[in-house]
Amino acid sequence: MYVAVKGGERAIDNAHDWLAEERRGDVSVAELSIPQIREQLALAVNRVMAEGSLYDPDLAALAIKQARGDLIEAIFLIRAYRTTLPRFGYSEPVDTGAMACDRRISATFKDAPGGQVLGPTFDYTHRLLDFALAAEGLEPPEAATAEARQEPTPHVTEFLDREGLIQGEHRPEADTPRDLTREPLELPAGRPLRLQALTRGDEGFVLGMAYSTQRGYGRNHPFVGELRIGTVPVEMEVPELGFAIEIGEIVVTECETVNQFTGSKTEPPQFTRGYGLVFGQTERKAISMALVDRALRWEELGEDNVGAPAQDEEFVLYHSDNIQATGFLEHIKLPHYVDFQSELELIRKLRREAEERQRPVQQEAAE
Amino acid sequence: MSDYNFAYLDEQTKRMIRRAILKGLAVPGYQVPFASREMPMPYGWGTGGVQVSAATLTPEDTFKVIDQGADDTTNAVSIRKFFEKTAQVAVTEKTSEATVIQTRHRIPEEPLREGQILVYQVPIPEPLRFLEPSEVETRKMHALEEYGLMHVKLYEDISRHGHIATAYAYPVKVEARYVMDPSPIPKFDNPKMEMAGIQLFGAGREQRIYALPPYTQVVSLDFEDHPFDPSKAEHPCDMCGAEDSYLDEVIIDDAGGRMFVCSDTDYCATRQAAGHRGRLSAEAAE
Repeated sequence: MYVAVKGGERAIDNAHDWLAEERRGDVSVAELSIPQIREQLALAVNRVMAEGSLYDPDLAALAIKQARGDLIEAIFLIRAYRTTLPRFGYSEPVDTGAMACDRRISATFKDAPGGQVLGPTFDYTHRLLDFALAAEGLEPPEAATAEARQEPTPHVTEFLDREGLIQGEHRPEADTPRDLTREPLELPAGRPLRLQALTRGDEGFVLGMAYSTQRGYGRNHPFVGELRIGTVPVEMEVPELGFAIEIGEIVVTECETVNQFTGSKTEPPQFTRGYGLVFGQTERKAISMALVDRALRWEELGEDNVGAPAQDEEFVLYHSDNIQATGFLEHIKLPHYVDFQSELELIRKLRREAEERQRPVQQEAAE
Repeated sequence: MSDYNFAYLDEQTKRMIRRAILKGLAVPGYQVPFASREMPMPYGWGTGGVQVSAATLTPEDTFKVIDQGADDTTNAVSIRKFFEKTAQVAVTEKTSEATVIQTRHRIPEEPLREGQILVYQVPIPEPLRFLEPSEVETRKMHALEEYGLMHVKLYEDISRHGHIATAYAYPVKVEARYVMDPSPIPKFDNPKMEMAGIQLFGAGREQRIYALPPYTQVVSLDFEDHPFDPSKAEHPCDMCGAEDSYLDEVIIDDAGGRMFVCSDTDYCATRQAAGHRGRLSAEAAE
């Protein structure tokens, strides 16, 4: 009779076996390989790398396979793995000016040195289901190629910077930013920590926050000054050598927004920036990040806090992480019968007393 | 990955957590920020408690895990298995045999003795959170001992309902200084917090650790004319007849029939083994 909570151990084992079966699906259908996921679901892999904060396409593909395509679950797997890895040190800041761009567009200038390069984008596709894709074995059309640009592609905002029309970005000397993954988040966080949180933040959350600023909750009128996607070298200084060496390459998406700013008590009228930098080809996320970054900068720019959610550092940083959010949200599935029991007792007691208070009133009414 | 470090976490991380624990013990009831790690289980499922246990366990320890007072609830099983696998420590269901007990939502009925450590899993460590959502503000309130808001809330409860309408996670004041969240234990358990064992509280997602050294004064907030009342269901246990234990209510038939049974499974089983019987124990034995 009293068996509700017994047998937990066997139930867990059985559930895991069933899950493994479901993950595989119909065994008459060929199994997905890691390279297939890595190559053909590359944008899912990119999202898992970005929000998992670990640049490893094969591990991300493995996580997606293991998680049955649930990307937040896959991100969780990557995070839990990442945290066990030893830290050898920190890389030098990547130079996105030296990026080998696959895509580079500006919405503020018709043309700029380096040109507008559309690259592999969904932007101008018509969203019509391509039933031809349902048939397997079709070779994709061969895309035209051009000579790769040899010289670095300058940032579009540099041209505004030269005229002093955009607020400058000063790299703080000797001030190493705190590391969100090694230290507890303490507020006020400051911009470097905010950017760390946003780049690993949930795409949907950051998108929603960014969208809210566009619709008037902390409006700051952004233009995409530049969006670039491509490969950058990562360099790290090895103590034994005493100079930085290249340890690999990563693909990143960088977005710089140019925002209207009419000036404040402390700043002259000029354009301001929002900044987004995310692992992989993840431009929705990078643009969203730049908008939210800009909204969070109200204080340093002397703007008004209009009480918009996207202006609230504490609100954004404490709720952007989908691993924290999903864990806490889903923990309400766990047993709470002790707490519920205490509430049950309390409600019964309060009701009993309320009924007793009602009774003489009803009698009076009947008289 | 074949081998884990003892109790999963690397030694650097454990050292960082131990420092937070020691600071917490030095300032009872104060929430110490710590760099919580992602654990291989979800946030909100005991990651804070698991990290504190991992930093506390030694190979000689005997470990017990309870959830809702029971050793065999699924998440307790999962956490116990995790440490069996990664720390190979001895495990037990007996409160008296355990040196480290990780718990969610209960304090064992059997009093803890000196040398035992009780590790609580904490979802929201901030007792003022539901009155003031901002962490910046609540830290300031603790620093200034600004607890008026909490008393106003309790007072409003009394004026509206005639009682303080908090049945679990009932706030306490530690050594007349910090107001502390006891984690979501029923208020029935609050008086047990003045104990011989060490109590450690881990909140993984919120990145906070706090602690109570043995014999620390822990007072449940109340008013002189509305003293704290650690109530429970007014029944004895239907299995072991205990009158002094916290009870779960179990629905036993389609007509809504109920039975009440100790939520502390070890306490109940020990009493039954000693020959104690409740209203339904014969029926249950069939």
